[in-house]
Amino acid sequence: MDPLFQALELIASGDLYVWNVIIRSLQISGLALVLALVLGLPIGVGVGFSHFRTRGSIVAVINTGLALPPVVVGLAVYLLFSRSGPLGSFDALYTPAAMIIAQAVIAGPYIAAVSLAAAETVPTDVRLQARALGASSLQATLLQLREIRSSVIAAIAAGFGAIISEVGAVMIVGGNILGETRVMTTAIVTETRRGNFDVAIAMGVVLMGVALYVNILLLLLGRRGARRLFPA
Amino acid sequence: MSDGASAMTDQPGTVADGAVPGIDPPATPGPPLISARRLRKDYGGETVLDVDELDLLPGELLAVLGPNGSGKSTLLRLLAMLEKPTAGEVAFAGESGSRAENRIRAASSAVFQKPHFWRESVRFNVGLGLKLRGIERLEIDARVNEICEGLGITPVLDSPITSLSGGQAQRVALARALVVDPEVLFLDEPTANLDSEARIDLRTDLENIVRRRTTSVLLITHDRNEAFHLADRIAVLRRGRLVQVGSPADLYEDPADPYVARMTGAELTIRGIVTAADGRKLTVDAGGVSLVAVGRVAVGTSVKVAYRPEDLVLAPAHDSREESSVRNVLRSTIHERRDMGGLVRLRLAGPPELLALVTRDAADELALDPGTRVTVRVKATALHAYPASDPANPATPSRSDTPTPTTTREREPE
Repeated sequence: MDPLFQALELIASGDLYVWNVIIRSLQISGLALVLALVLGLPIGVGVGFSHFRTRGSIVAVINTGLALPPVVVGLAVYLLFSRSGPLGSFDALYTPAAMIIAQAVIAGPYIAAVSLAAAETVPTDVRLQARALGASSLQATLLQLREIRSSVIAAIAAGFGAIISEVGAVMIVGGNILGETRVMTTAIVTETRRGNFDVAIAMGVVLMGVALYVNILLLLLGRRGARRLFPA
Repeated sequence: MSDGASAMTDQPGTVADGAVPGIDPPATPGPPLISARRLRKDYGGETVLDVDELDLLPGELLAVLGPNGSGKSTLLRLLAMLEKPTAGEVAFAGESGSRAENRIRAASSAVFQKPHFWRESVRFNVGLGLKLRGIERLEIDARVNEICEGLGITPVLDSPITSLSGGQAQRVALARALVVDPEVLFLDEPTANLDSEARIDLRTDLENIVRRRTTSVLLITHDRNEAFHLADRIAVLRRGRLVQVGSPADLYEDPADPYVARMTGAELTIRGIVTAADGRKLTVDAGGVSLVAVGRVAVGTSVKVAYRPEDLVLAPAHDSREESSVRNVLRSTIHERRDMGGLVRLRLAGPPELLALVTRDAADELALDPGTRVTVRVKATALHAYPASDPANPATPSRSDTPTPTTTREREPE
């Protein structure tokens, strides 16, 4: 119990190193989540709400994205941004930007796949009814989304869970540079190797706490957001 | 009733020409509000709807009547521009394309057979159309309160939508459609899923509320009583094609084919051959009995003759009065008597075999029981002859769809 007590003391005392890593983690994963949401949600609900010939192939590609190993994503992003890679001129390797892109690639398929599966369950009558009541195309889509808001929240939570706890990709493209690209997961690996179990456990506790807190926050935001969209 | 019996029913046609008391007549027709031309819809390579021409006039209630699967709802979705046709065009107020689509979205609303409600309060669902149109919240509240009061759903206004009965839910759907004060209202079998009591209540509300407005209404229904009671015009649809479009009186008095005739409650038990024709007036040999009927059929053609059982006037067999207005006087014997509440349905032995509908009082007074000999009088204009083998009209509605008479009165002998 000693390392756990020390971990809690580190968090409570506002240890600069610990809090620097926590904040950097939230910044990177938060921005990656926004990017994944902006790309994944429209693709997921767009495919889920519509019917076209190549739809099955697109669904298969999105679902395959769920099985993407994070280290493979990390390797692909590394090769893209390496000096000899096609995006090497951006000089983004070992920066938070590369980490955000890698995490967005990991979270995107989660958000797209879960929202797609939810969108498929919405009867076509919902759009028909919305349009018949005078809704524009965008308003009708928002009213359809309203029917699957809890699933969309679950999709976002799943995406966030996938990236906040991921270590392989961020290690490869971020390089685990102290004060720059070190995040909670890479910090746990580093501190465990060094034998600093109190710091590693502190990071683990925070990681689990953040996951819980973000899920609760998303749930509350989801409810309030839906009400704001069409106040009753 | 002294020497003749027939049932005057609350049938299609009897309300067609006169306005219902307390309800304003429809507005004077102008250019069509919605017009469809050469409209076709295919699903999976199969044509489910093929309508050459149909108009919805300003202020009118047009009922599209047909059996399940005849393409009624598809027609509604096309006319409401909720779906695009495979071919042809729908215009709204003289405009077509996306401009018309935008205009009709703002100017219309709809009630479906199974309306979708968002899982919120009744108030939210009723006010949704106004919200979508960007109306201010205070005005939304005022209009929602007013419309819900009119429809008697104020007590459930703040209840969850999931707590409503079927009848209440359809009232909410109607309130939601009416609250936006639409220029055109689409009703897709709004009473189809309700029990009989709720159906009667909602139909009364429809009649009272919808017809008091200047709103144009397109009513989709398979219930001919509903269509004939509410509509200014009726379009009969069968297998995706329009069979006849006209006022209830037009359909009642001059049905285009046996299918429409049965829609108005006609029977088709008489078969015969046309032996003479004088314009529309035909002489038909029905198993050795000569009948005068109306129709557009050539001499020598085998025909089915449609008539409404309530148009037969029965009298005791010894009654031998001649009336100039009655062109057919037959002698027959009652074969079967079936009591149906206030009415009695009689099967008369042939030829030709006939079905008659009389009030119970008349049947009792005249002792119209099996074996009784009777004189049957029927006007020529009440007998409509159609070719017996018309490939265009292979189907006839099932007997169970026949409108049920709801009121009766004795008719003076003709």
